[in-house]
Amino acid sequence: MNTGDVYVIGVDMIKFGRFPHRSVPDLGAEAALMALDDAGLGMRDMQALYCGNLYQANAMVGQRILQQIGQTGIPVVNCANACATGATAFREAWMSVKAGVHDLVLAVGVEQMGKGLLGGGGGSGGIPKEGLLGGVTMPTVFAEAGMEHARNHGTTFEQFARVSVKNHHHSTLNPKAMYQIETPLHEVMNAEMISYPNTKLMCSVNVDGAAAAVLCSERRVKELGLMKRAVKVRASVLTSDPWQERDLVMPDVNSCTRLAASQAYEQAGIGPEDLDLVELHDCFATAEILHYGNLGLCPEGEAGRFIDEGHASLGGRTPVNVSGGLLSKGHPLGATGIANIYEVTTHLRGEAGKRQVAGAKIGLTHVIGLGSACGIHILERAG
Amino acid sequence: MSSAQAGPLPVVDHLKIPDDGDPYLEGSKCGACGAVYLGRRNVCSRCAERDQMETIRLADTGTLYTYAIVHRSFPGVETPFVSAVVDLDGGGTIKGNLMDIEPDPDHIKFGMPVKVVFRDALGRKDKDGNSYLSYFFVPRG
Ligand SMILES: [Zn+2]
Repeated sequence: MNTGDVYVIGVDMIKFGRFPHRSVPDLGAEAALMALDDAGLGMRDMQALYCGNLYQANAMVGQRILQQIGQTGIPVVNCANACATGATAFREAWMSVKAGVHDLVLAVGVEQMGKGLLGGGGGSGGIPKEGLLGGVTMPTVFAEAGMEHARNHGTTFEQFARVSVKNHHHSTLNPKAMYQIETPLHEVMNAEMISYPNTKLMCSVNVDGAAAAVLCSERRVKELGLMKRAVKVRASVLTSDPWQERDLVMPDVNSCTRLAASQAYEQAGIGPEDLDLVELHDCFATAEILHYGNLGLCPEGEAGRFIDEGHASLGGRTPVNVSGGLLSKGHPLGATGIANIYEVTTHLRGEAGKRQVAGAKIGLTHVIGLGSACGIHILERAG
Repeated sequence: MSSAQAGPLPVVDHLKIPDDGDPYLEGSKCGACGAVYLGRRNVCSRCAERDQMETIRLADTGTLYTYAIVHRSFPGVETPFVSAVVDLDGGGTIKGNLMDIEPDPDHIKFGMPVKVVFRDALGRKDKDGNSYLSYFFVPRG
């Protein structure tokens, strides 16, 4: 058993966008090489690959990446866990180092998306159920979850919309985001209504993307002399959704996040007040509001005030989604859980340029795969 | 199998259409912990007890828990419609369309009493031409 800590010593992401003429392994390979370059290492130094991809989950994406950048015969694990896919791949990589099985491993998350609404189809047999037994598109599922928050805490349409204004503003400072466009409040609120209270500008952007990270044991980081830019993984947690009475009709993103958050804070020995920045799963503007409370960033029921008073903005108490988030950076499902590790790591290294959170020492990443899986990582500057 | 049935088919397995009597929704209740589920099942996912499930008839009244007003859906689906999550009186939560109400947040109140009604499935038919009976919610005064 290796009791030492695990570090991220290389991490990067490609600029998110739409690349219909490139392949999934091609995008993943690009990110993998960028992360290796960031660490100053090569594929021959890697002892295992953990690859996250959802839409080609049965197609050996990890091995096809190695066919492009180096077939060294190392073990490859392909992971799929809905929108928690990338975080799951990263966590599997972390576990292999934590367990002392490997010293240097690579985690890659990659996705190529179509356009249009995500969500369940008509189901098998009979007649289509969408619009007959309510709605099952993702914007609708998260609209219902947002309205549950409105019911319990009086959260308003305008407060949900402010999340989108903030994250789009943040993305103007991030050259790797899909969009760099300001969206004022009236524009967000008057955009095409998809599922009330989520307008089109309050839905995440379907984009192609890839991100990768090199993880390393403490001993090996020291041997390589890479501690200066290394980032320590203080907590790595994965949960599924504990039983809730409305599970059968309302996919639950709250209780799995609360469970993961409490485990992560305990593992790291810190509390939410110690976080300098958070990248959380804003697949819809409504979702971000739920997670302020779920992650303990604000007192219970005060998420509306938290956004209104600017606490989640760059320069605020706990900046949330300074990358632009899924709403504007984009949401390539399998890549998201490693792209947010790239974002937090970049701030902890003090290399985030115009969007740098000043003096950032500790940050948290959070993703949700509906159905549900929650992955949380807490990262800390080492050097 | 290619000719249409005489009467409408149930839109989901847990909608029951008795030969004599009104349609109703069927559920299961765990004898160990009291959790209520839609349809039949053998094991309780709340307490993990086996063989404690009792088949029950779910209520046709309840209250609105949460909702969304859907303006854009999959191609061919008529909008807007209100997607509603309803807590049934006596246990069980179901999702369906809330009908006979303006699709406007000013007209929809959390906790409002609703009734479960059984109507034709908006004219939708399967590939064999069968029509279906569905459930919907309407405001209850
Ligand atoms: Zn039970």
